[in-house]
Amino acid sequence: MTDDIILEEKKEYTTLNLGPTHPATHGIFQNVLTMDGEIIIDAVPTIGYIHRAFEKLAERRPYNQITPITDRLNYCSSPINNMGWHMTVEKLLGCEIPKRAQYLRVIIMELSRIADHIVCNTVIAVDTGAMTGFLYLFQWRERIYEIFEEICGSRLTTNIGRIGGMERDFSPSTWLKIETFLKEFPAGLKEFGALVNRNRIFMDRTINCGAISADRAISYGFSGPNLRACGVDYDVRVMNPYSSYQDFDFNIPIGKAGDTYDRYMVRNDEMFQSLKIIQQAMDKMPAGNFHADLPEFFLPPKEEVYNNMEALIYHFKIVMGETDVPKGEVYHSVEGGNGELGYYLISDGGRTPFRLHMRRPCFIFYQAFTEMIKGRMLSDAILTLSSMNVIAGELDA
Amino acid sequence: MSENTTLGDKLAAVFGDALLSTTTDYDFQVFEFHKSALRNVVIHLKEQEGFNYLTTLCGSHFPDAEKEREFCMMYQLHNFSSNERIRLKTFMSREDLMLETICDIYDAANWMEREAYDFFGFTFSGHPNMKRILNMEEMNYFPLRKEYPLEDMSRDDKDDTFFGR
Repeated sequence: MTDDIILEEKKEYTTLNLGPTHPATHGIFQNVLTMDGEIIIDAVPTIGYIHRAFEKLAERRPYNQITPITDRLNYCSSPINNMGWHMTVEKLLGCEIPKRAQYLRVIIMELSRIADHIVCNTVIAVDTGAMTGFLYLFQWRERIYEIFEEICGSRLTTNIGRIGGMERDFSPSTWLKIETFLKEFPAGLKEFGALVNRNRIFMDRTINCGAISADRAISYGFSGPNLRACGVDYDVRVMNPYSSYQDFDFNIPIGKAGDTYDRYMVRNDEMFQSLKIIQQAMDKMPAGNFHADLPEFFLPPKEEVYNNMEALIYHFKIVMGETDVPKGEVYHSVEGGNGELGYYLISDGGRTPFRLHMRRPCFIFYQAFTEMIKGRMLSDAILTLSSMNVIAGELDA
Repeated sequence: MSENTTLGDKLAAVFGDALLSTTTDYDFQVFEFHKSALRNVVIHLKEQEGFNYLTTLCGSHFPDAEKEREFCMMYQLHNFSSNERIRLKTFMSREDLMLETICDIYDAANWMEREAYDFFGFTFSGHPNMKRILNMEEMNYFPLRKEYPLEDMSRDDKDDTFFGR
C-alpha cells in the first residue's frame, strides 16, 4: 500500500485477537480481527487448537473402539455421533437391525438433539444478556443426562449403543424418566420461550445479525439448523432416512432470513418436533430384541461367556479386536445436532478401518464465519459464533 | 437422448475417455475420472446436472497399490432437488499430487482442500490460501500417509506382533 492511500483514508485499523481462550467464544477459537472502531473489517480464523488426529487414531483401533472417539466430536450430542458410527459399520457389514433397537436409538438421538439445542439456544440468550433462561433450561439438560446415565452409565461422552443394536434394553425406571421428561419439558421450554422468543432486547440483538443467503449457505456446505434457517429444507432424517425415521411424522421447521434469530427459532421448533418423535417412538415401540444376531460384533452376556464355548470365543475375538469385516467403501450420514455428520469408511477387510474420514459439519460451515461477520459489530460476531453452534471438538477433530 | 439415460451415460457422452469407470458402492454411484478432467466434471455436474452441494472431499493413501494409483482424491456431491448423491474419484502417483482447486465452484471446498494438503500433501492449483489448517505450519511431513506410524517407532515396550496392524 502506498502512503497516499493511507493519507486519503485517514484511518487506522486496530488488530484485535479474539481468542484462542476468550470466555465469550465458548471454546478454543482464535480470530484475528481487523477493526475499524467497533466494526469488523476482516477476520482470519485459526483452527486446530484441539486437534487430536482422530482419523489417524481410527486407523489403529478395532471398530468397537472407535465409538469413544466419536463421542469427542460434537460432545454436546455424543449419542448421535455414536449411533452414526454404529450405523456406518452396520451398513458395511450389511446387517439388519431389529425395529426395537432402531426405535430405541431414535429416542436416544432425539433426546440428545434436544440437549444439544438447549445448550446452543440458551447460550445465544446468555450472549444477549439473558442469564436466567440459561439456568432454567439447563435443569432439563440435566434430566436428559440422567436418562443417558440410566441407559449407559455415563453422561457427556456416552459411548452408547453397540455395533448391532443397543448394549441393553431400557430399564423400567428409564422409561419412567423419559415419560416424566416428555410430560414436563414442554412447559419448561415454553417458559423459556416466553422469556426470550419475543423479547424486545433479544429480537433487536439477533434479527439481521450474521445473516447469510440460501445460495451462499449451500455453497458453503451448510447443513442442519443453520441451513434450514436460510429456508432450505434439507434434513438427513427425511432426505436419506436411517434408523426408521421414515416411520415417524414430524415437520422440518425452516427459517427465512438465515440470521441469528432464525437459527434460534429453528432450533426452538426442532425441540418440539423431537418431543413429537420420541412420543411416537414410545407409542409404537415394537416388541423384540434390542440387538441384532451379530455374534462377531455384539458382546455375548457374561453368564454365556463363562458357560458356553462359542460365546467365550466370540467374547475373546471382540475384546481383542480380531473380527474381520468385508472389504468396501461406505459413507453414512446422520443428522447431528448441528448438521450432517458423515463417516466415510474404507475397509480393506482388516481389524481396523483402512481409512476413516469424518464429515464434520462445523468444520465445513465455520468457513463462512468471516463472511457473516464482516461489516458487523464485535458483539454481533460473538452472537453469530454461538448461534452457528460451532463445537471446538468437532471443528478440530 | 431418452428419459432413462443414466448419469453415467451422460457423463460418458460428454467426457469420453476421461471417465475411467462407473461402479456402485453400497448406496453410492462412483465415477472414476482422469485427474485432468476433474475440475470440468465438477463444473459440468453443478451447472448441467444440478449437483449444487459438495458434501465432502478427502484424500486417501494406498501404499500397496500400483504406482499410478497410490493416492486417491474423493469428492462427494449431492443434488438437493433429485436427492441424488454421487462420489467422484481420481487416482494419482506420489510424484504428481497436483489437482485443480474447486473452491471457486463450491466455497465449502476451501478448508477441505487445505485439510487434504495438510494430511496428505495434495496441492491445489488456484487455491487462494494453500496452507496447513489443523496442524502447525512448521510440520514437515504429511501425517495421514501410511508411512507415518501412529506411535513412536523407537519404543520397544509394546509388542504388536499378534494384535497390531
